[in-house]
Amino acid sequence: MGNEERLNFEAPIVELEKKIEDLKSFAESEKIDCEEELSMLYLKLEAVAKNVYASLTPWQKVQIARHPQRPYSRDYIDYLFEDFVEMRGDKKFSDDPALVCGFGKIDGKTFAIVGHQKGRDIKEKMACHFGCAHPEGYRKAWRLMKLAEKMKVPIITFIDTPGAYPGISAEERGQSEAIAANIMGMTTLRTPSMAIIIGEGGSGGALGIGLTDIVAIMENSYYSVISPEGCAAILWRDKDKASEAASALKIMSKDLLDMGIVDDIIQEPRGGAHRNFKKAAENIKASIFKYTHICENVAIETLLDRRYKKYRQMGQFHESPMLKDVN
Amino acid sequence: MPWFLRPKKSIKNLELKRKSLPDGLWSRCDGCYETVFNKVLRENFMVCPSCEHHLTLSAWQRVSLLMDKDSFEEHDSDLESVDLLGFKGVKSYKDKLRDEQKKTGLKDAILTGIGKIDGREVSFCVTDARFIMGSMGVVVGEKIARAVDRSIERKVPLIIVSGSGGGARMYEGINSLMQLAKTSAAISKLNQAGQLYISVLTNPTMAGIMASFASLGDITIAEPKALIGFTGPRVIEQTIKQKLPEGFQSSEFLLEHGFLDEVVARGQMKDYLSKVISLF
Repeated sequence: MGNEERLNFEAPIVELEKKIEDLKSFAESEKIDCEEELSMLYLKLEAVAKNVYASLTPWQKVQIARHPQRPYSRDYIDYLFEDFVEMRGDKKFSDDPALVCGFGKIDGKTFAIVGHQKGRDIKEKMACHFGCAHPEGYRKAWRLMKLAEKMKVPIITFIDTPGAYPGISAEERGQSEAIAANIMGMTTLRTPSMAIIIGEGGSGGALGIGLTDIVAIMENSYYSVISPEGCAAILWRDKDKASEAASALKIMSKDLLDMGIVDDIIQEPRGGAHRNFKKAAENIKASIFKYTHICENVAIETLLDRRYKKYRQMGQFHESPMLKDVN
Repeated sequence: MPWFLRPKKSIKNLELKRKSLPDGLWSRCDGCYETVFNKVLRENFMVCPSCEHHLTLSAWQRVSLLMDKDSFEEHDSDLESVDLLGFKGVKSYKDKLRDEQKKTGLKDAILTGIGKIDGREVSFCVTDARFIMGSMGVVVGEKIARAVDRSIERKVPLIIVSGSGGGARMYEGINSLMQLAKTSAAISKLNQAGQLYISVLTNPTMAGIMASFASLGDITIAEPKALIGFTGPRVIEQTIKQKLPEGFQSSEFLLEHGFLDEVVARGQMKDYLSKVISLF
């Protein structure tokens, strides 16, 4: 994965990196010692990068989550899982490439995998509707999860969607029913499950494969009830206020951990997963092993009980103690 | 009814659309734009006598429509939303809540409790579409989950009347989305306990509400011509850049596509529910 496309705030870093590369090749070809200049540049790069990435706004982090070079589900699946066998179709209507489903192994251990796929080139993007899944995608995912339950294999889901597909076809085939059925079904699946938000966690489309024992989020990913643009359009009546909406909605990994919505944050290499894919993938792998190991050591009834309680307790409200006793 | 109180069916004065009407006496039907005497509308449970358009009912009106007289006992009436995010929008969430409470006389967008239909006890929930568009925040989710618990404890059927154009409530951010999980998990417990759940959809039922408990009924019915779906029609139009066909996402559309058991007019709703719960 190259770094050709870049975000505005990445520009000074990419420029410095290019300078270093140029100087290196120049030094090599001319056989000159540029060690001193190089180390100066490295120091400068370090300082600039530290400065840029320490002060990113939520809206800038959303840009990283949507970065065109950000690794997608298929990238992680190809890198992490051996013997991947893909499942296609919901056996009711059609296949939806926006949700990749299948089984694969890490270090000899089998996992069930579901992941949103945005599509890398334009052809794949069109087929995947840019990561917006149709009802048949959610129903295919459900088929896979039931098989995982039967075979007693842990489920890993990779969440990366702007939202479920908003169109006529999806409505006709019951988008809400498909998502609701998955959300309800996942509460009682008798096998451990873990969701990893690797990019965009877009509302119901994300939760449709996201009700799991463990929810982890990658550092620069977001998870929200509505896209910042959607929120801005409704509340501010102005899509350009997306940056304000991104801050107001508290959608970044740290906020989500503080509110108890996610269980862990998976660190990304500095600047985002796209700047060092292997490092990001290795961090995911470590997290998968850590948590599935914990879940598998718990009796299934206890796990189900914990899962139910976890979601039953989500969110706070005010209740006057006196009236509570009367009821 | 005296002749001067009867709505004049023949007069379709569309110019009235522009003129404002005095508060309290008359309403204009959103379906046929005819002006209707409010008293007549109320007696007819807000169904237009001319075109049978179903106007919005408040939660308490819904209770008197469906529950036996004086049988409904409200529960969890003291639950109130808190500003979990410290939401800073054009209006703060705290101000928004205060305004909506004043406007509707409700603490939040849902009423829950125990009541009777033709003498049979049910656990009953009804959302109020006037309160922040009937959207679901933590309080709505919690009250539904508790209504499910009551249904299991008392071994009585659960009925939820949904009406929300908003879906999950933006002001509570991700916490609202988690209410989809909370309510769906609760319904799953209800299924394990073997209790019946009837989901009644009214205009409009969209987004997060429809993608969770509203879609999970054992029996799912809707009022005529209600707007029901996942994505709102305006957003779909923006996505596909064309106008949507007539009747798209209506109750009748859903019935045709196999997502409803029946479309039931408001006047027949109580009898229908009574018949279903008498079966089990």
